[in-house]
Amino acid sequence: MSKDIYALAEHRQGEMRDVTFEILTKAKILAKETGGSTVAVILGSGIDNLAESLKSYADKVVYIENDKLGHFHSEYYQEALKSLFEERKPFLMVMGHTSVAYELAPSLALKLDIPVITGCIDFRIDGSSVYSVNSVYGGKVNAEYSFNSENGGIVTILAGSMPAEEGGLSGELEKVSFSFDLEFEDKIFLQFVEAVAGEIDITQAEKIISIGRGIKEEENLAMIQELADSIGGVVACSRPIVDAGWLPKSRQVGSSGKTVKPKLYIAIGISGDFQHLMGMRNADTIIAINKDPNAPIFGAADYGIVDDLFKVVPALKDKVAELK
Amino acid sequence: MDSIVCIKRVPETAEATLKIDSSNLKLDEENLVFSINEADNYALEQALLLQEEFGGDVTIVSVGPEKTDEIIRMALAKGATSGIRITPSNLEELDPASIAKLIADEVKDLDYDLIFTGCIASDDGFSQVGVTLAEMLGINHISMAVEMEAEEETAKINRELEGGLMEKFEVKYPAVITIQTGINEPRYASILGIKRAGSKELKVVEASEAKAEKVKLEKIYFPPPGKMAEIFEGGPAETSGKVAEVLKTKGLL
Repeated sequence: MSKDIYALAEHRQGEMRDVTFEILTKAKILAKETGGSTVAVILGSGIDNLAESLKSYADKVVYIENDKLGHFHSEYYQEALKSLFEERKPFLMVMGHTSVAYELAPSLALKLDIPVITGCIDFRIDGSSVYSVNSVYGGKVNAEYSFNSENGGIVTILAGSMPAEEGGLSGELEKVSFSFDLEFEDKIFLQFVEAVAGEIDITQAEKIISIGRGIKEEENLAMIQELADSIGGVVACSRPIVDAGWLPKSRQVGSSGKTVKPKLYIAIGISGDFQHLMGMRNADTIIAINKDPNAPIFGAADYGIVDDLFKVVPALKDKVAELK
Repeated sequence: MDSIVCIKRVPETAEATLKIDSSNLKLDEENLVFSINEADNYALEQALLLQEEFGGDVTIVSVGPEKTDEIIRMALAKGATSGIRITPSNLEELDPASIAKLIADEVKDLDYDLIFTGCIASDDGFSQVGVTLAEMLGINHISMAVEMEAEEETAKINRELEGGLMEKFEVKYPAVITIQTGINEPRYASILGIKRAGSKELKVVEASEAKAEKVKLEKIYFPPPGKMAEIFEGGPAETSGKVAEVLKTKGLL
């Protein structure tokens, strides 16, 4: 059984994704414990500089080069990684729990007949076992899962759940050329599609009044807009509000929406699941209004009111008017 | 065009006060309300929209306890053709791969063009069953679909990436598509639909002990209290006054 920890480097449109450095940091810490090596794996075509940039984060950088890997396509990725895994038999492969892993990790694990835990916020190794921490039930409960990694395993980690540290290593670069026996013509990447830009860029706003599921009805947005106007902020939201069609996608805060860093973020009726917190936790001052005292948003906020938002919001609007 | 929709019964936890069962392996279900997993509801709607456009059957499949019949009946009331409930004796020991295997065994001989399911379950958040199922059936998959243009034999699908970006794929049927919330507007069942649902076929598969796969749930627990907001006490006038003062002090008014 190898003790090596492999980490899949993720890149898009010529840029390394931040999550890559988070998982490499974790891989490095774990490889120290297991006595194995940290191996960064990058797949692509003509990205020598990106592969090169990983050298300080790993003992070894394996760069699998092929034209078909120019854009992420789960079937080509799966073929290449399966072959690498079978040849080198790492103890564990770590990925970000991202749009790449969603498409790739479960089917790769099945193909390799190895266990996989997806979407964890942390994990540890104890002998040949891997134990994860997963944030479940919308962030209100943690779950610990385990698997035996004797024959290898895969873990995917939510982006933003671990710190990314400077590398400090000086790994060697190994370029591996790979040829595919099959063409996957039944599934073809066509193009990237940018989301429609909104009339308001919430990433530039200094004050954001953000709403979630607790707002209940579309009509109640007017009350929030009034509060935002009196404070001089813009209205943003969590995912359910966009799903319901009450605000455009450009107003969504969270990992699948925008990441914001305003001076003030007031979260109203937002429970605060992990994906939302990733989009706003670096705001300077965070105020949460929610009737559920156990809502995870209070863990990210500086100040909180546990009460019915329909009573608090009008009162707050009045108080703001008085003090302005 | 025939579709299969895989749905899951989950507790509504967003606004509920949760308790953990003494086994430390599951929630105390006593005061919880269960419903169809949110993303699966959008997956169901996507299948119903294609049924309206192209005709064909929509078959609902769900792995769960007997009460799962409630969400299957609701899907039938919205227009699905028939349902299959799979209930293994060791349900709580099963990991996503085991669940996918149960579904694969049941649907592999059915006629279908597309299999839909939600891209994430609101309870465990694994996002594995759809993609694993596709691999077991040896068919294509696209995960995190946020836009879909379907034709008779292929579909163009926008997948959701991080930060609001999407990527467009073209995929040939048969395929598994995992659906992200917001792709459509899920309908409500009509009274007539609810009446008709009672007479639609709901097959029950009492699977004997299914093979528990490789991943084991050790325990669930409440997250250790970390940094916590300073909570203002009092009625709305008082608490909102304190917030307004914070804003003024910090120069945020």
